Amino acid sequence: MSRRARLLVFGLGAAGLAVMFAFAVAGMPPFGTSEHLYRDLAVPAALQHRTANVVSSVNFDQRALDTLGEEVILLSSVIGTAALLRPTRGEVRRPTTRGGHVSDSTTLVSYLLLPVTVLIGLDVVAHGHLTPGGGFQGGVVLATAVHLLYLAGRYESLERLRPLTWYVWTEGLSAASFAVIGLVGLAQGSGFLANVAPLGSFQSLLSAGTVPILNVVTGAAVAGGGVVLLAQFFGQAIGTTRPPTRRSTS
Amino acid sequence: MSAVLIVVALTLVAIGAAAVVFTPEPARQAVTLSVFGILLTLLFFVLQAPDVALSQLVVGTALVPLMVMLTVHKINRRHR
Repeated sequence: MSRRARLLVFGLGAAGLAVMFAFAVAGMPPFGTSEHLYRDLAVPAALQHRTANVVSSVNFDQRALDTLGEEVILLSSVIGTAALLRPTRGEVRRPTTRGGHVSDSTTLVSYLLLPVTVLIGLDVVAHGHLTPGGGFQGGVVLATAVHLLYLAGRYESLERLRPLTWYVWTEGLSAASFAVIGLVGLAQGSGFLANVAPLGSFQSLLSAGTVPILNVVTGAAVAGGGVVLLAQFFGQAIGTTRPPTRRSTS
Repeated sequence: MSAVLIVVALTLVAIGAAAVVFTPEPARQAVTLSVFGILLTLLFFVLQAPDVALSQLVVGTALVPLMVMLTVHKINRRHR
């Protein structure tokens, strides 16, 4: 396609988008007013299931099916990344080197922050149905917390203290548990991913029925997935090398 | 008051986004991207969306810049 034709295609697409965008913006409710149709439906539904954090109620109760879809998207992208970034032919594991200097203060701060970060991650997961946060946010905090070990020292120490198989299984089993919890609702006759667990009392740790359970399951899946994902990037960037004598044919 | 906060946060986001775009080197871009992530977090917080702000904070300031850094490191090593 010539440059002129490409510009024409882009121009047509951009013009169409601009027209539709203008219509969409013109049809939107005004910004920053107190009128909010979805809120008027979502907040009473959340309170009915004794969920203090309405956003969590939407994510894990009212629209839990969407979250299951997101979980599957995360799982597939981790699998795709693992397949793309696996060591290819001609790449070998790098021998452990004692290169790279880490200052003592960095090591100290990393070791001090590791337990704090893990605690914050667990806290965000556990209180997802009460305060802002939840399985996804807490899971990512937990996944990144593990990598403070890399900041604290050498890559090898991270590898030794991070049995990757555990995280692979954690992610797979947690994502599957989400679907199984959904099937429990179906078996009870309320529908897939219906909130069938005892609701408890409002604003207490054990409340909101299945919301905290799904939060914990999601937290485990995201933490496992995040660690497996980052491990692929670390493995490619640091863990493997291509011998310099061989020329890449591609 | 809240309108002023929103305008300030939106302006900071625009400045931060421009800084990411005009940062020449991908390795440096990862750092400005991380700062941009914090500014977006601030905007979401001002717009009363703390759940989204938390997601943005953990993904935008830690996870994505780290993945960019590692990718750049790998590519630079192969071309050296």
